[in-house]
Amino acid sequence: MDFAYMKNVLPLYEKAAVLTLRIGLEGIIFATFAGIVCAVILYEKVPVLRQLVMVYIEISRNTPLLVQLFFIYYGLPKAGIVLSAEICGAAGLAFLGGSYMAEAFRSGLENVAPLQRESAYSLGMGKLQTMRYVVGPQAVATSIPAFLANVIFLLKETSVFSAISLMDLMFTAKDLIGLYYKTTESLLLLVIFYLFILLPVSLTGAAVERRMKYAGSGS
Amino acid sequence: MVLDNLSLEVKKGEVVVIVGPSGCGKSTLLRCINGLEPIQSGSIETDGQAGMVFQSYELFPHLSVLKNMMLAPLKVQKREKKEVKKEAMELLKRVGLEEKADSYPQQLSGGQKQRVAIVRALILHPEILLFDEVTAALDPEMVREVLDVVLDLARQKRTMLVVTHEMQFARAVADRIVFIDEGKIIEEASSEEFFEHPKTDRAKRFLNVFRY
Amino acid sequence: MPDLGLDVLLKGNNFFRLLEGLLAAVKISMVSIALSIPFGVLLGITMTGKNILVRFLTKLYLEFIRIMPQLVLLFLVFFGSTRSLGWNLEGETAAVIVFVLWGTAEMGDLVRSALTSIPKHQYESSRALGLAKRQTYFYIILPQTLRRLLPLSINLVTRMVKTTSLVLMIGVVEVLKAGQQMIEANRMNSPNAAFGIYLVIFILYFLVCWPVSMAARRLEKKWG
Repeated sequence: MDFAYMKNVLPLYEKAAVLTLRIGLEGIIFATFAGIVCAVILYEKVPVLRQLVMVYIEISRNTPLLVQLFFIYYGLPKAGIVLSAEICGAAGLAFLGGSYMAEAFRSGLENVAPLQRESAYSLGMGKLQTMRYVVGPQAVATSIPAFLANVIFLLKETSVFSAISLMDLMFTAKDLIGLYYKTTESLLLLVIFYLFILLPVSLTGAAVERRMKYAGSGS
Repeated sequence: MVLDNLSLEVKKGEVVVIVGPSGCGKSTLLRCINGLEPIQSGSIETDGQAGMVFQSYELFPHLSVLKNMMLAPLKVQKREKKEVKKEAMELLKRVGLEEKADSYPQQLSGGQKQRVAIVRALILHPEILLFDEVTAALDPEMVREVLDVVLDLARQKRTMLVVTHEMQFARAVADRIVFIDEGKIIEEASSEEFFEHPKTDRAKRFLNVFRY
Repeated sequence: MPDLGLDVLLKGNNFFRLLEGLLAAVKISMVSIALSIPFGVLLGITMTGKNILVRFLTKLYLEFIRIMPQLVLLFLVFFGSTRSLGWNLEGETAAVIVFVLWGTAEMGDLVRSALTSIPKHQYESSRALGLAKRQTYFYIILPQTLRRLLPLSINLVTRMVKTTSLVLMIGVVEVLKAGQQMIEANRMNSPNAAFGIYLVIFILYFLVCWPVSMAARRLEKKWG
């Protein structure tokens, strides 16, 4: 193990990790937003929009992110839509993640007892108020484990960003392997950095799930 | 359950209790009045808002008792926060729960939850209160505390429409009893008349079940 | 509408080559899933055992495989084995190894949770009837878990097919790579081919994965 080498290339990995995280978080934020909108549309059974959301979910869930990215990054410019690699990465991740987030929030919404909604209506609250003050907050609480699982899933998916020439962790590792033949060291750093990014989210998810199980059985 | 050609009038300050075998359409009637169930034909007229209390309480689990009560007055009626809070505390005091203001629903007993649900409806100053089997989910020893609250409201001449299967309670609280079966009004009489001299066979049979 | 490269697909046997690439990807996932199922069942049964050390090690394996992006696992096996173990794995072999490692972990966890969700008295009453431990598993427990497992393992197939797109990154000629080659070859006469070809690949993946997802969902509804 060449520790001097590892120390030398550490800044490269750090830079790559920051890029991975930044695009990942951008994508996740947009995915969450899209997911909430889609979930509410499905839950409220809004005509037309509901069908569109269902089609989107099927497309997004049944195609690989890598293929989505290839189309967005290499294909769309030929039709006149040119986006930077970074925006493509975030957009692809949001397109993929939106459907997974929608599923998480929809099942959260459906887990709220229907009578809660009626109870709010009978207090004179409108649909939007009911969603905002009564159903929404309860759904958010029950969706947290699924939401965190999606965050992990999406952060893992960022590993394909190197395919659209973003200098992320995978790109850096592959580059260094090609340059210096320090395969073991480069791969070890790759694993360590991914653990660094993913482990905290994963542990939080496990802790939340344990707590919710406990709280759930208590009431 | 389908309601068919049903006409019912509740006067101001009157307590009407609806009784009938389970599945007769009692609860559907309340849900229609409150607009939770669509009606195909006919009309429902109220002078103001109706307040509804459910069998399963339906307090909002993520809000404290006080917040449960203040949500609709603040967001729907756009009332002043200070005034609403004052009224909420007074109402809680009246049902003996003022020290539970900051508790969450899951920390309360069934009877306490139902009392909160009642004052949560009251704080909106509804023209009429609708009670849907408010004691059906309660342990026997908690039924009393909820019924006392309802009896107290009756004494204050609140307009109420009550669905229940507690016959003693029905008798104590009702000005008028409406007996429903298969979606139709079968008999309508003052409380005493209904229980002492029921006119129809169906009502007699229904009451006999409770007598023996 | 300017030329968007659909003509490239109609030229020669280009479309056939794309399908061939897709087939290579599907083949990798089929072989992997066929191997993952028996290994996964074994792992699942092992994980319900009493030995703490075994349980710890299997859990560690499961969590590591799960937390690492599949592409990282591919890199570890493909580059790692070449340099540190001296093997020279072909891309396909490396891909199958990774997918089996991954599929075994996922299946193992599914089997474990299905097994532990079977009420304890099912084990006890089976033992009380005099069935041996292996017979109990074979006749009583596994048939009950199978119904629960099937839709979930079909779901795993879709996930695997989608993940096969990654083998492009370790040099396997699958559908994306075949598309890339076509775009390169026609750079002069059809400069916009990337749009049409990647769109078609997008649709192809959807056409493979969607029916499988639907089947899984249908089974889940029927047996769930």
